[in-house]
Amino acid sequence: MNINSASPETVLETRGLHKSFGALRVTQDVSFRLPQGARYALIGPNGAGKSTLINLLTGVLAPSSGTVLLNGSDVTRLRPEERVRRGLARTFQINTLFPELSPLEAATLAICQRRGLCINPFRALSGCDDAIDEAQALLADFDFGDDAGRPTHELPYGRQRLLEIVLALAAKPKVLLLDEPAAGVPQQESAEIFTAIEALPSDVAVLFIEHDMDVVFRFAQRITVLVAGRILCEGTPDEIANHPEVREVYLGDGENV
Amino acid sequence: MVALAPRIPAPSVVARHLFLRRSRWRWEEIAFWLIAAASFFLFPGHHVLITQALISGLFVVSLDLLLGYSGIASMGHAAFFGIGAYTAGILAQQGWGDPLLGLIGGAIVAGAFGALCSLLVARLHGAALLTVTLGIGLLCYELANKWSSLTGGDDGLQGMIVQPVLGLFAFDIDGNVGFIYAFVVIFIFYLLARRLVNSPFGLALTGIRENIRRVPALGISVRFQLMMAFTISAAVAGVAGALLAETTQYVALEVLSFDRSISVLIMLVLGGIGNLVGGMVGAMVFIVARDQLAAVNPVYWNFWLGLILCVVVMSGAGGIVGFLRRLGDRIGNGR
Amino acid sequence: MIGPLVNILINGLAYGVLLFLMAGGLSVTMGLMGFANLAHGSLAMLGGYIVVGLMRDYHWPFLLTLPAAAIGAAIAGWIVERTIFKRFYGGKELDQVLLTIGIVSMTVAIATYVWGSTPQPVRVPEFLDGRVHVGIVDVGTYRLFLILLGGLLTLGLVLGIERTTFGAKIRAAVDNRRMTVSCGINVDRLFTLAFAIGSALAGLGGGLAVYLVGLDPSFPVKYLVYLLIVVVVGGLGSIQGTLLAAIALGICDVAGKYYVPEAGAFVLYAVTVLLLLWRPQGIFGR
Ligand SMILES: Nc1ncnc2c1ncn2[C@@H]1O[C@H](COP(=O)(O)OP(=O)(O)O)[C@@H](O)[C@H]1O
Ligand SMILES: [Mg+2]
Repeated sequence: MNINSASPETVLETRGLHKSFGALRVTQDVSFRLPQGARYALIGPNGAGKSTLINLLTGVLAPSSGTVLLNGSDVTRLRPEERVRRGLARTFQINTLFPELSPLEAATLAICQRRGLCINPFRALSGCDDAIDEAQALLADFDFGDDAGRPTHELPYGRQRLLEIVLALAAKPKVLLLDEPAAGVPQQESAEIFTAIEALPSDVAVLFIEHDMDVVFRFAQRITVLVAGRILCEGTPDEIANHPEVREVYLGDGENV
Repeated sequence: MVALAPRIPAPSVVARHLFLRRSRWRWEEIAFWLIAAASFFLFPGHHVLITQALISGLFVVSLDLLLGYSGIASMGHAAFFGIGAYTAGILAQQGWGDPLLGLIGGAIVAGAFGALCSLLVARLHGAALLTVTLGIGLLCYELANKWSSLTGGDDGLQGMIVQPVLGLFAFDIDGNVGFIYAFVVIFIFYLLARRLVNSPFGLALTGIRENIRRVPALGISVRFQLMMAFTISAAVAGVAGALLAETTQYVALEVLSFDRSISVLIMLVLGGIGNLVGGMVGAMVFIVARDQLAAVNPVYWNFWLGLILCVVVMSGAGGIVGFLRRLGDRIGNGR
Repeated sequence: MIGPLVNILINGLAYGVLLFLMAGGLSVTMGLMGFANLAHGSLAMLGGYIVVGLMRDYHWPFLLTLPAAAIGAAIAGWIVERTIFKRFYGGKELDQVLLTIGIVSMTVAIATYVWGSTPQPVRVPEFLDGRVHVGIVDVGTYRLFLILLGGLLTLGLVLGIERTTFGAKIRAAVDNRRMTVSCGINVDRLFTLAFAIGSALAGLGGGLAVYLVGLDPSFPVKYLVYLLIVVVVGGLGSIQGTLLAAIALGICDVAGKYYVPEAGAFVLYAVTVLLLLWRPQGIFGR
C-alpha cells in the first residue's frame, strides 16, 4: 500500500478523508488517487459531497480527519493559496469571478502571482509586459477576442464558464479540479468546453465533476462514483456502466447507458 | 492582404495598451493638481486652509487605498492619523523637530500600529469589522485623553518646536512654507499611491474587493495582501497626521476623534471612491465648504452635510469625480 | 460594601433595559435585512422630544406621552423605511452606513433648530420620582419602574417572537431569507412591520431615557456607538443576545463609572473589541 502510493505517478492522493458539518457526515472515508496526466471523472447524485471533496482537496475546508497528499507530500494543513503554488488549481461550480475586472486583468493577475510580482506594491503593471502577453495568449487560446478587454460581468454566461478554466490554467497547474465546468451551459457549448479540457497539456492531471453521462463516458479514462459521501465504486467507463449498484443508485437502473 | 497586415495591431500590443490606458493620467487629476498648485498664487490669504485641505486629501487617499481598492471599511481610521500627528508632535516637543524626521516617525509608528490592527481584523467582515475598527478608534481616543502626561490630554500637545524644512526654510505665520512643504510631500505620496494601485499588488487588492473567495484560488494570500494594504494605508494616514502637526505646530485631541473618522469617509464618497483623485477633491470641497458654512451657522452645516451625503449615496453617481467623468464623456460623445 | 454593589446592579439593569429597548429594533433590522441603520438612535431621540414636547406644551401626563412617543417613532420609521431604506437592502454596507450617518447629521441639525442645543428637562409624576427601600438599599422608584416595564416588554417581545406566526416568520426570515421567500412569505412586508415595531420600541426607549440620561440634539450620535456595540456583541438578529449584551453593557458602564471613573469608556471599548475578535458573530450569533 505505502509502496504503491510512493510511486511517482500519483500526483494527488487522499487517505481516509472524513468531513462532518455538525451531525451531517458529508465525506466518509474517501481514499482516492489521481495519477499524472489523468482524465478522471467524479460523479454522483446532487448532495453526494462532490463539491465538498474538492473543497477538502484544495484546502477551502479542513477535513475532520484524514490526509491529502500532493506530489507525495502531506498538504492537509496547507492553506488554499499554498496548494495552488504547488500546482493544484480548481474551478468553481458557481461562477466565482471578478465582476468589474476584464478577463485580461484577471488572467494577468493570476500570472503575475505565479511569477511572484504581486508582493511588491511599487512595481508598475505597465512594465509587466511578459505577464500581459502570456495572459493575452492564454485568452486567445480560448478564443476570447475582444471580450478579453470587457468587464467580466458584461460577458455571456458561457464565456464566464470558460474564464473559470482560464484563471485556473493561468496558475500552470499540475493538477486541475473542475467542478461541473459546463454547469448551466447549452450542450453545444458544453462540448466546446470539454474539447478544450481534452486538449490540455498531457502532463496535467484533470479530475472533473459532470452530470451528463455522455460527456463523462466520452472524456473520462476512469470514473469515481460518490454516493452519500462514500466512494461507491471506481473503474473504467465500461466497468462503471455495468456496475449493478451504480445502475441502481445513480443511473436509475440505466436503461440508456 | 500583406499590405493590410501591419495596420492591425498584434493582440499583445492591444493588451499592453489596455493596461497603459488604465494607468494614464486623467484630465480630472491633472486639473486638480494644477488648480491646487495655482491656489498658492490665487488665494494668498488662505494658505493655511488650503494646506489643511491637502492634508485631509492625503488622509482620504490613505483610506481610499483600503476601502476603494481592497473593499475594507474602517470606521476608526483617525486612529492612524492621530498616532502620526502625536508621534511627530512629541518628537518635536522632545527636541527632534526636523520635519522629515517627524514624517518618517509618524509613518513608522502609525504603520506599525496598522500592521498590528491588520492581524486582528484580518478575519472580520461586515458589522463586526465596522464595530471593531470603530472600537479601535475610540480606544485610541480614550487612551490619548487619559494619558495626558504624554499627550497633553484635552488641552492638546503644547510646546512643539519644528525646525526649518531641510534646515533652510522656517515655517512662517502666513503658512507659505507650510503650504509648499505639504504640497510637495502630498504630491509625492499621491504619485506613490498611484504607482501602488497600478501595480500587480494593487490589482490583487482590486481582486480582493471584487471577489475575496476567488483570490486564494489564484495562489494569492488574502491575508498577506490585506496586511500590507492596511499597513501602507495606516502609514500614509500617519504621514498626513504628522504633516498637520508640523504645519500647525500643535496637536489637538480631535485628531483621534470619531468625528474625524466619519468625516474622512464622507470626504471619500463625496469626491468619489476608488480613483484616488476623488479623495483629494472631496477633501478640498469638504474643508472649504465647512469653513464657509460652519462659520455662518454650524447647525446649517450639519444639515447640509447630511443632506449632501444622502444625495451622493442615493444618486450612486460616484461622487464629484464620477459625475465629472460622466459629464466629460457626454461632452466627448456629443462632439 | 454590599449596598453600593446592589445599587450598581439595579442602576445598571435599568440602564440596560433602556439600551435594549433602543437597540432591539436595530438588531432585527441588521439580522433580517443586513441593513446597518446607524440612524436608529434618531428615532429614540424623536421619542424623547415627543415626550418632552407633549408634556411642556400640551401638559400631557408623562405616562400618556409614552405611547405617543412609540407611535410617533413608528410612523417616522415606517415612512423612512418605505421611502429610502428599502432601496438599499442587499446593497453595499458602506452605502448604508453613510446614508444613515447623513440622516443622523440631519436629525441633529433639525433637533437643534427646533429645540435648541440645551438639554431638555422632564418632570415625571411624583410616584415615580422618589426612592423606595428594597431589602437593604434605597432604590430610585423610576429605575424600578423601568426595570418592571422593560421586563414586561421584553417578555411580551420574546413571547411574540416565540409564539406568534408573525414571530415565527421573522425567525425564519432571519435564519434563511431565500427559503422564507420561496415559502411564499412576503419578506418585504414582514420587514416593514418589524421595522415599525422596532422604531416604536426605540421611540419608547428614548422617551423613557430622558429622565435618566437627559436629552439634547447630540443624543443619536452619543448612542450610535452603544447601540452598535449592543447589537453586534449580542449577535445580529438575536433578541436574547441583544438583551444580554444590553444589560451587560449597562451594568459595566455604571460599575465602571463608580469603581474606575478615571478609565472612562476605555474598558468598555477594550472588552467589546476583544469579544468580537474572539467571536466575530457575537455571543448569540451564528
Ligand atoms: N458549509 C456547509 N455547511 C453545512 N452543510 C454543508 C456545507 N456545505 C455543503 N453542505 C452539505 O453537504 C452536502 C454535500 O454538498 P456538496 O458537496 O455541495 O454536494 P454535491 O457537490 O455533490 O452536489 C449537502 O447535503 C450540503 O447541504
Ligand atoms: Mg456540487
